[in-house]
Amino acid sequence: MKEVELNEIIASKEDGKYIINIGPQHPSTHGVLRFVVSLKGETLEYLIPHCGYIHRGIEKMCENLTYPQIIHLTDRMDYLSAHMNNEAVSLCVENALGIEVPERVKVIRTILSELQRIASHQLWWAAFGMDIGGLTCFFYGLRDREKVLDIFEESFGSRLLHSFICPGGLMQDIHPDFQKRVKEFIAYFRKKLPEYDQLLTGNVIFEQRTKGLGILTKAEAIDYGVTGPSGRASGFSCDIRKKHPYSAYDRVEFREILANEGDTYSRYKVRIEEMWESMNIIEQLIDQIPEGSFTAPMKAIIKVPEGEYTQRVETARGELAVYLVSTGDKNPYRMRFRTPNFSNLFVMNHLSAGAKIADLIAISGSLDLVIPDIDR
Amino acid sequence: MNGIVQYFTDIFKAVRSLWKGMRVTGSYFVRPGEIVTQQYPENRKELQMFDRFKGEVIMIHDEENFHRCNACGICQMNCPNGSIEIISEMVPNEEGKPERTIDKHIYHLSMCTFCGLCVKSCPSNALAFGQGFEHAVFDRHKLTKVLNQPGSRIKKKPKAPKPAAGTEKPNSANS
Repeated sequence: MKEVELNEIIASKEDGKYIINIGPQHPSTHGVLRFVVSLKGETLEYLIPHCGYIHRGIEKMCENLTYPQIIHLTDRMDYLSAHMNNEAVSLCVENALGIEVPERVKVIRTILSELQRIASHQLWWAAFGMDIGGLTCFFYGLRDREKVLDIFEESFGSRLLHSFICPGGLMQDIHPDFQKRVKEFIAYFRKKLPEYDQLLTGNVIFEQRTKGLGILTKAEAIDYGVTGPSGRASGFSCDIRKKHPYSAYDRVEFREILANEGDTYSRYKVRIEEMWESMNIIEQLIDQIPEGSFTAPMKAIIKVPEGEYTQRVETARGELAVYLVSTGDKNPYRMRFRTPNFSNLFVMNHLSAGAKIADLIAISGSLDLVIPDIDR
Repeated sequence: MNGIVQYFTDIFKAVRSLWKGMRVTGSYFVRPGEIVTQQYPENRKELQMFDRFKGEVIMIHDEENFHRCNACGICQMNCPNGSIEIISEMVPNEEGKPERTIDKHIYHLSMCTFCGLCVKSCPSNALAFGQGFEHAVFDRHKLTKVLNQPGSRIKKKPKAPKPAAGTEKPNSANS
């Protein structure tokens, strides 16, 4: 609905109708996102998402930076999938240059992406539980996420914004203790993940608040371009790792988690299952990191040949596509990011129409929105 | 009759699901040894960061106050946000030839994003990441630091047979 129509509604002052803002400083929007919602009583009639509060012009900034420098900006889009964002740009540049990275790099990148996916889903589980009223979840989720972040911190020195995967390989080699610590974490988390189910999944209050809420059909998911766990919960098979394997995903066995209901509860279940699958992928690869160099031989100044290049990766929230136009210079002519959260956000109006205002938080939580990724 | 049975089954299942969650939290209540929280300000003394932790950019100095920076400016070129400013001066060396020497290696911590490109690209490994992470100050100008310590000098490599060619090479490559 357009802003004009919104103003008309305000002017007409229909019975019982009113318009309120949710955000931009509401904790459950997980960032500076503003929803303008029209309510009739407690029932939500429609919703307009207003984004742009954290727009930093990353795409434009990329045009003045060299390719290694762009990497650190992509961290700051979807900060919970920093490795995957770095990987997307790196793969795009490597494809453009026609470089084959060493096998060691491919395997390490895959392990890092899956660790990052686990960390992201842990934080999502923690925050989703808290959105819906279970404060306990927040502490349990962050407790386990801390273990992943410690692995990250030991190997690359940072916990959130790694800038670790760079065009040509990795910034530095992994820490000697990396394999041992990852194995310890997998053994630990296999024991702790059932706690998530005991705390939240079967909980009667949780089930009643999420089952049958915010139903997105498969056709609608495809129409809106909803990808990632949110799309797969509607039966939309959209896993880039399966469809267009990159890095080492072509040599690992894993299941694409699909659900058919498309409601908030199935989006929850898909993410919990994905954590199990991610652990399976890591276990297959962690003992088979080949020896070798951690980076392909690269020139000091990377100049991408003239042309248009694109690369897709699966982040923790869906499909991230990088579109790169180069004029043969050391800076890109145009850098475009198709971010998963942007598409996932605009299904909010469709999902929440007719729901109660308290359900809005559950729906937006289940989509797992990261706002800097929307605004870029 | 069926409805009544269903009603009580639902209640029983609901209470059981709540009890399941309470059991998890209760088990941690009686086993406080498994709690992983750190008491941060109290444990400052024994707090050990990982050796690769990216706290701030520092310049490596040895015990005799020698560093390895030859003011080539590659870190300044590679920095995406202009956090590094290099002020160099031409100082005559032992043979009387002017040689570029670092005067001030200015590092704006407030603009740094810890991408690690300066440390990675430094050809003489003069820079490294330090472990300090308590950067909170009341005045933001305090975050602008000079990395080379006062009175420090560049550590010369052991003299090769042709010392003049060896020292001039980095200068000519980056001018």
